Amino acid sequence: MKAHYKTAVTTCALLMLGFGLLYSTHKTINVSAAAGGTITGTIKLDGTPPHQKPIDMSKEPACAKEHASNPVTTETVVVGPMGGLRWVVVYLSEGLDAGTASQVPSETPTWDQKGCQYIPHVMALDVNQHFKVSNSDPHSHNIHPLPAPNGANHEWNRSQPPGTPPFDQVWAGQEVAIPVKCNIHPWMHGYLAVVKGPTGVSDANGSYTISNVPAGTYTVTAWQEVYGSQSQKVTVGAGKPTTADFTFKAK
Amino acid sequence: MNSFKRVHCCNAILGFLLAAGFTVVRAQDAPDVGPHPPEPPKHRESHIGNITGHSQDAKSDYRRYCAGCHGDLGDGNGENAQWLDPKPRDFTIATFKCRSTPTGTLPTDQDLYNTIGRGLTNSNMPIWNTFSKQQRADLVAYVKTFSPRWEREKAGDPIKVPAEPPVTIESIAHGKALFTKLECWKCHGPQGKGDGPSASTLTDSKDNPIRPYNFATGGNDSRFKCGSTNQDIYRIFMTGVDGTPMPSFADVIQPNDAWDLVHFLRTLQVNRHSKENEVLKAAGGKIPAYVEKSDNNEAPANQPENKSSGNGN
Repeated sequence: MKAHYKTAVTTCALLMLGFGLLYSTHKTINVSAAAGGTITGTIKLDGTPPHQKPIDMSKEPACAKEHASNPVTTETVVVGPMGGLRWVVVYLSEGLDAGTASQVPSETPTWDQKGCQYIPHVMALDVNQHFKVSNSDPHSHNIHPLPAPNGANHEWNRSQPPGTPPFDQVWAGQEVAIPVKCNIHPWMHGYLAVVKGPTGVSDANGSYTISNVPAGTYTVTAWQEVYGSQSQKVTVGAGKPTTADFTFKAK
Repeated sequence: MNSFKRVHCCNAILGFLLAAGFTVVRAQDAPDVGPHPPEPPKHRESHIGNITGHSQDAKSDYRRYCAGCHGDLGDGNGENAQWLDPKPRDFTIATFKCRSTPTGTLPTDQDLYNTIGRGLTNSNMPIWNTFSKQQRADLVAYVKTFSPRWEREKAGDPIKVPAEPPVTIESIAHGKALFTKLECWKCHGPQGKGDGPSASTLTDSKDNPIRPYNFATGGNDSRFKCGSTNQDIYRIFMTGVDGTPMPSFADVIQPNDAWDLVHFLRTLQVNRHSKENEVLKAAGGKIPAYVEKSDNNEAPANQPENKSSGNGN
C-alpha cells in the first residue's frame, strides 16, 4: 500500500509541475474554470459636494434648445440623493494574472456626443480595445483627447460633422484617465479610462460591479476626476461576490 | 538505504516537485502600471533628401540659436519664453503643428526641416535661412533627442495630396458650401476673420488662449502658420494643427472636395492677389450658390448666402 501511495503522490506532483509550465507559457488559456467572481460595491462622498455650475449653451442654439426644460450642469462631482458618487472608475491595479490582463474584449462601446455633452461622461476601456466615437448632434464637434505626454497614448484632434459614420479608435497604453474636450464647445469634458483587466464605473447610486474576476487577491483602485484614487485589497473566491466600498472626502 | 532515510528522501523529492510546480505557476508578468522612468538622451539621426543629420553636431548651434526660447531641455521654457505668445514648442512632448502626416502621428524629418527654414508666421519663430542644409538637418536630429517618442514610433505616412484641379468659380462655390457645412466659421468666422462664435474661448493643448487664423489679414504676402502655397493649405486642414484647436478633416472631406475648399479659402484673403481672386472678380465678384451635380435631395437648389460672403462687399 505504501509504495502505491508514493507513486500516486509523485505522479500528482509531476502533473502539477507539468500543468504549471503549460499555464505559464500558454497565455491565452481560458481561465473560466477559476473566473466568474465579481467585485461590487458602493462609492460614497462624505461631505458637501462642490456646486455644479449650470452650463450656458447659448452659443450652440440646437443644444440650448435641447436642454431648455432640463438645464445641464458641469459633471465634475455627481452625487445621488443617498450620497452615492457617480462616474468613479474601479479597476484592478494589482494582482491580475498575465492571461487575464492580456485579454482584450471584443465589444466596441460608443463614446457619443449628444446635446453638446459626452455620453457617457466617463468611459472605461481595456488597453487595445476598439471603441466608436459618434456624433448624434445636428452640428459639428471636434474630438480632442489629451493623453498625458510621453506615454503610449498621443494627442489627436478630428472634426466630426453630423451624419459622419462613427470613428473607430483604440488606445495602446494604460492611462487613468485621458481627458477629452471639444474646442468648438469649451464646456464639453469627458474622460476615457484605459486600463487592463475588467473594470466598473459607478452609476447614479454610486454602485459598481466588476465581473469576470478570476479567483485571487487583488488591489482594487477607485478613481474620481476631482478626488483622485483610493485603493484597498480584496480576495475574490471563484464564483462568489466580493464587496469593496469606497468613501471619498469632499474637500 | 534503510526505510527511514528512503521515506525522507522521497518526501524531499516530492516536496521539491511541488514547490517547483507552484513557482512556475506563480511566476507571471506583473501588469504594466505606473510611469516609465525617463530614457537617457540618445544620438539621433535625420534623413532629408540625401543629407543625413547628426544630433551630436548640432549641440552648439542649438545652444546658440534655439535654447533661448526652446530651453536647454527642449521643453519650451527658455529664458525668453515668458514674454512670448504663442509659447515656443515643447519638444519633449513631440506634438508638432506643421506636418504632412495624419493627426496624432509624428512628423517626417522633412516636415521639421521645412519648419525650421520657413519659420512660423504670427509667432516668434524666425525664418532660419542662415543655416546650411547640413546644419538644419543636424538641428532636426537634435530636436528628436528631446522625446522618447522618436524611439518608440515611426513618423506617420505623409498624406497623399492629389494634383490640384483648375480654379473655377464652381470650385470656389463648392468650397464655400463646404466651409458652411463643415462649420469652419464656428471658429474662423463667416468671413474668415477669426471672429467666429467659438473663437474667444479657444485654448491650445497647454490651456493657453489661442486665436484662429484670420484670413483677411496681411497684404500680398500673407502666410499661414505652416506655409503659403495651396498645397500647404490642403495639408493644414487634412492633417490638423496638432497641439491647437484646429482638427483634421481628413475623415470627412474627399480629396477633390478639399481642393475646392482651398480655392474658396484663398478668396477670404481679400487683399492678396491670387488666381482664385481673379476668377472671382471675373465672375462679377460674387460667389454663386453651389448646385449639387449628383441628385442629392438634401441640398436645396438655391442655397441662401447667409453664412459667408467671400469677396463681395
